[in-house]
Amino acid sequence: MRRFSWFNATSLTIGFAFLYLPMLILVIYSFNESKLVTVWAGFSTKWYGELFRNEAFLDAAYVTLRVAIFSSLLATVLGTMAAYVLVRAGRFPGRTLFSGMIYAPLVMPEVITGLSLLLLFISLGLDRGVLTIVLAHTTFSMCFVSVVVSARLASFDQSLEEAALDLGCTPFEAFRLVTLPVIAPAVISGWLLAFTLSLDDLVIASFTSGPSATTLPIKIWSSIRLGVSPEINALSTILIAIVATGVISASLISKRAAMQRDLDSKT
Amino acid sequence: MNQDTSGKEFAPWNDASEKPLITFKNVTKKFGEFVAISDLNLDIYAREFFALLGPSGCGKTTLMRMLAGFEAPTSGVIELAGQDIAAIPPNKREVNMMFQSYALFPHLNIWDNIAFGLRREKMPKDQMEARVEEMLRLTKMEKFARRKPHQVSGGQRQRVALARSLAKAPKLLLLDEPLGALDAKLRQDTQFELMDIQESTGTTFVIVTHDQEEAMTVASRVAVMDHGKLVQVDTPDVIYETPNSVYVADFIGDVNIIEGTAEANGDSVALTWTEGQPALIGSANQPIAKGASAAMAIRPEKIAISSEKPTDRTNVLQGKVLDIAYLGNISTYHVQLDNGTVIKAQIANTRRIARRNFTWEDPVWLSWTDTAGIVLAV
Repeated sequence: MRRFSWFNATSLTIGFAFLYLPMLILVIYSFNESKLVTVWAGFSTKWYGELFRNEAFLDAAYVTLRVAIFSSLLATVLGTMAAYVLVRAGRFPGRTLFSGMIYAPLVMPEVITGLSLLLLFISLGLDRGVLTIVLAHTTFSMCFVSVVVSARLASFDQSLEEAALDLGCTPFEAFRLVTLPVIAPAVISGWLLAFTLSLDDLVIASFTSGPSATTLPIKIWSSIRLGVSPEINALSTILIAIVATGVISASLISKRAAMQRDLDSKT
Repeated sequence: MNQDTSGKEFAPWNDASEKPLITFKNVTKKFGEFVAISDLNLDIYAREFFALLGPSGCGKTTLMRMLAGFEAPTSGVIELAGQDIAAIPPNKREVNMMFQSYALFPHLNIWDNIAFGLRREKMPKDQMEARVEEMLRLTKMEKFARRKPHQVSGGQRQRVALARSLAKAPKLLLLDEPLGALDAKLRQDTQFELMDIQESTGTTFVIVTHDQEEAMTVASRVAVMDHGKLVQVDTPDVIYETPNSVYVADFIGDVNIIEGTAEANGDSVALTWTEGQPALIGSANQPIAKGASAAMAIRPEKIAISSEKPTDRTNVLQGKVLDIAYLGNISTYHVQLDNGTVIKAQIANTRRIARRNFTWEDPVWLSWTDTAGIVLAV
């Protein structure tokens, strides 16, 4: 596989075309002059302008942003705590069960997660709105955080914490002054991941949102049923940009942290 | 090596009026069913450089971690300066540890690593700065203060770890295989540096090592451990010259073990070891019953090799050269006796190699004095 042959080039092109052609078309048509989505009538950014004058979309964007910020922060705290306990607490009864259960929502069909949360909120008498979406998003995104953080903790030299205790730290100070700064890149990339997941989510949000709060994906989904407008293309392009930035920075941060770790372990 | 200002030999363990800094009283530590430390009693004195030596799994690291506070004894009492330390958490103990992996904080530079412990005890800023500078000077790391740990070499990291653990001026410094990651040459230099630092700071050092040469070099006393028990605690020369068991003799340095039956012979002990050969004469540091099975431990460097039969010694054996290991400063000759036993003998290479007296298959005579060999009960 050393030479870049025609075969390799073709596979690469087909693969990437398969992945990104739909998105590319969406991005291109978001700059279309025409009101008809499928007819190209020249370059224009007017739909972006229209979008920012559309109150309903702006409201939905505001809700989405608030949900993403709160749920990702909550998920980061809970996910980090869960990871810390699972990696550090040693053997306690039910440990295997716990570590299995924390990963379960990763593979659970979203419809089921959404439905069960809906049932929970109804039985608790919680009005569906921003709060319920935040709780729902926290529930599924904290597993992603805990996966990322526990992978980092597993390779963390435990004698660092012992050294901190030895030098006069209380256990909490040792966590705050030594453990947290060292695992910070993993925590940040977990947070970015949770943020993007919350931004993306349609299924769980549609189960747990109410009339008072509509997120952007729900808004897009419902307006598409009335026909695709170029505004939606513009909005989707912006979302793609935000999500891509989030995911790329998360992976860059963890890659840089891994390189740093290599340097640290180098003798 | 360890001398106080009056020039008198440093030996508080021989002085009944000295109070030990650390006392282990009937300490047992179990992990589940596994007994890591078994009913251990030990005194360590202030300003000692004390080495815990043994193979991996002998309990030496457990003993050290109990001193640091990371493990608690299952039963028994550990006292530091007369105080039971069982209830004191690691962050409240006047004990610091230098970790095997060094455990330097990767996100802090070297200056901040050394200052870490001082900041926790809220030391005034100017005092703290002076202390950190002093530690940097002591370990010759002034030039690297602003670097991160991964930007300095392994030997330098080792020094930073030492500086950080000494910064709080602990009563007791624990060193867990501190030189394990260094190469042989650097290791030797660092051993001498450690000894200098230990003497200049007057701190009590307890070092854990599996390297017997390292223990012999740095320590005022060595404790040889096996299966959670102390086998012998003595100064390096006593351990080497008069081991109390075959285990210690075998663990420390190179040794020939010749098994046989003991017979008293005035001040010394005679060992009948094989038919048709005269009994070997050695000294014993504990009485051995007549007819008891015993073993003679004889160091290779105490055995002389000659081409003629020596007439002035009783311990004389004939054999032929099987192998020669040339180590530069010394050569080790493996000599096979008529009954098949192989005995190692060492000769210092005071002359150039070209003038070696013996070579492979040469018939030679081995001999040693009546006091060179130690007879031990088996």
